[in-house]
Amino acid sequence: MKLTLDPQYEAFRAEVSETLAKNAHLAPTSEDKGYKNAKRIAWQKLLIGSGLAARTIPKEYGGYGAEPDILKSRIIAEEFARTRIPGPMAGQGISMFVPTLLELGTEAQKQAYIRPTIEGEMIWCQGYSEPGAGSDLAAVRTSAVEDGDHYVINGSKIWTSTAKQADMMFCLVRTDPNAKKHEGITYITFPMSTPGIEVRPLVDMTGSANFNEVFFTDVRVPKSGVIFAPNKGWQVANATLTHERGMLGDPNATKARLLELIALMKTETVNGQRLIDNPVLRDRLMKLQAEVYAMQANGLRITTSRLQGQPAGLAGLVVKLQGCDLNHEIARLAIDALGELGILYEEGEHLRSDGAWQWRYMYDLGLIIGGGTAQIQKNIIAERGLDMPREPKLAKA
Amino acid sequence: MEFALSEDQRMLQDSLKGVLSEAAHLDRIRKIAAGETGEGAALDAALSEFGLSALMVPEAAGGLGLGALDACLVQEALGYDVAPSRFLATAVAAKLLGGKVDILGNIAGGEAKFALALTELFSRRDGAGVELKGGKLTGKSLLAQSVDGATHILVADTAGAVHSVEAAKASVTVMQTIDRTRTFHEVSLDGVAPLVSVTPDAGAIAFARLLVAADTLGAGQAMIDKAVAYAKERQQFGRVIGSFQAVKHMCAEMAAKLEPARALIWHAAHALDIGDAEGPMMASLAKAHLAEVGTFVARTATEVHGGMGFTDLVGLHYWYKRIGVNRQLLGSPEQAREAAAQLQGLVV
Repeated sequence: MKLTLDPQYEAFRAEVSETLAKNAHLAPTSEDKGYKNAKRIAWQKLLIGSGLAARTIPKEYGGYGAEPDILKSRIIAEEFARTRIPGPMAGQGISMFVPTLLELGTEAQKQAYIRPTIEGEMIWCQGYSEPGAGSDLAAVRTSAVEDGDHYVINGSKIWTSTAKQADMMFCLVRTDPNAKKHEGITYITFPMSTPGIEVRPLVDMTGSANFNEVFFTDVRVPKSGVIFAPNKGWQVANATLTHERGMLGDPNATKARLLELIALMKTETVNGQRLIDNPVLRDRLMKLQAEVYAMQANGLRITTSRLQGQPAGLAGLVVKLQGCDLNHEIARLAIDALGELGILYEEGEHLRSDGAWQWRYMYDLGLIIGGGTAQIQKNIIAERGLDMPREPKLAKA
Repeated sequence: MEFALSEDQRMLQDSLKGVLSEAAHLDRIRKIAAGETGEGAALDAALSEFGLSALMVPEAAGGLGLGALDACLVQEALGYDVAPSRFLATAVAAKLLGGKVDILGNIAGGEAKFALALTELFSRRDGAGVELKGGKLTGKSLLAQSVDGATHILVADTAGAVHSVEAAKASVTVMQTIDRTRTFHEVSLDGVAPLVSVTPDAGAIAFARLLVAADTLGAGQAMIDKAVAYAKERQQFGRVIGSFQAVKHMCAEMAAKLEPARALIWHAAHALDIGDAEGPMMASLAKAHLAEVGTFVARTATEVHGGMGFTDLVGLHYWYKRIGVNRQLLGSPEQAREAAAQLQGLVV
């Protein structure tokens, strides 16, 4: 057990901290909105050049080209969190498509897509879920029929975030309707400007459209957009999903939420008493703090497993379920602590924290469901973590 | 950076588990619960031979000088097999009496066996509380641990100091709890002069609480293992019940709560070992958190066993009761959380 870092890593931390301090004045602010904002793109390029973004992506594809080092990545994330300087761009292109492409793409595809994607010049959306294919993702029905050098796509996708802004989509389509469920799927990429694609915003309970529906009517896309091989899309998708699950339930983000809640409870008063001085609320806060510390320690355990090249086992399998639930509970307590004013939303004189807690209490429920529902997570924990039997398959009628 | 058990720590726990699988098998636990003192003595002998009494005594006093994390691993193994043991009391005594080399030497050698009468540091009920007046201790303490066979008792006074007294000078009566495998006593002192007096720091109290949490971790893990094994074997509606999602999800929920709790205990113990300022706070949180998670696991694992879980036949109730007692011991979860809030300056 050793939680301190070797001197080389402390030196690296000092370097990162210095780079951030030196360039902080160039960072985008809340004024710099939008996906292709020039200041945000310039900042992203500066971060890549300094080894603080796209760190392990090879130089030839526009990355920084460093050897993977889990501790260095961790230090970088910690320094951004500590200084509150805006970090690297994220999103489905950078976090999910690029790692997949590096693993399974052709040289031409890597050359074409990685650099503009990591630099924020090319936005991607993910076409996975369908009205009839949610938890059962392999049930996708959107069809792609061969026509010379092209496929012709018909069908629809749902829960597509950034579809309005995206230049490109990576998408699961059914190319062989006669093959077994998992064997007739192809992973294909194409421009969102292709004729026949219609994007309709899907307004959710937060009041905004964080997701979209996408409809395809005779959409002709070139076969060169296929990643890996036709009918091998399920393997490719699994590579991508591994990257997505890693993003949900990050304990450092949860810790930041908790600190925000503690600050709120120390400053807000009701009937002249600070919220933190109410023993009932304080007890609830301590309950959540224990869970946050547990998830943080659990995260340290996972990091150690990865450093040692070992599977993280149960510690890894529980992160999405526990982390997302904990975020939701933190928002719940903040709302309760604010009492009657906790119901205010979006704007107004008495609104606290810009309405963030109510927004999170709704949006975080979306995250409990999205990226593999809580129930699917429990199946995974039981089957892979506890070696319990799978649900018997229904006999075909 | 390495957040994992060392090879030595894994070996310590594995070898103790090996001893316990023989020395604390369920038949013996049943007999101990029924009051067969010979069985308790046989378990004590096996644990003494393993060398539990010397583990936490500093090397300078003839012990092994192990740390809080090692102690948690030992206590977790004891909890896993619901083994009654005076290890917790011994470890806490070694911590509280750190620096008193002669006493520590006697602890390591097994000549001095300490009981803990610390309940009143957290809660005074029914007129309990021991007062120090003119160098003499008078009053009573409830739910003292490991009094059977003790040579000395560590007693907390109403001012928060802790005193060592000869066990022979106290009058003790058994207090029957739900957990018949461990004995608890009411200890009465009438003008007894303390042999040694210390003022416990927050770390020592937090260490005692952390050991209780580690005990629950072990007992909870055993209950999950038993529930999963039962669910894979028991058949209803023509299939094993572990293939029903309703049952799988109960097991998954238990594991999802307990696995991060294990990391919390490791982290809190390590923080105490390196003298991290957050150590006592994290240990208090761990005590409260394991009380909650343990209670959930105890209930859920019993339900997975269906009606059998409720019977004496499978003996699951020994773990259920072990966890139930641990929850209240050395302060309720609410008290442990309030201590954590105080330790981080959130209480004015």
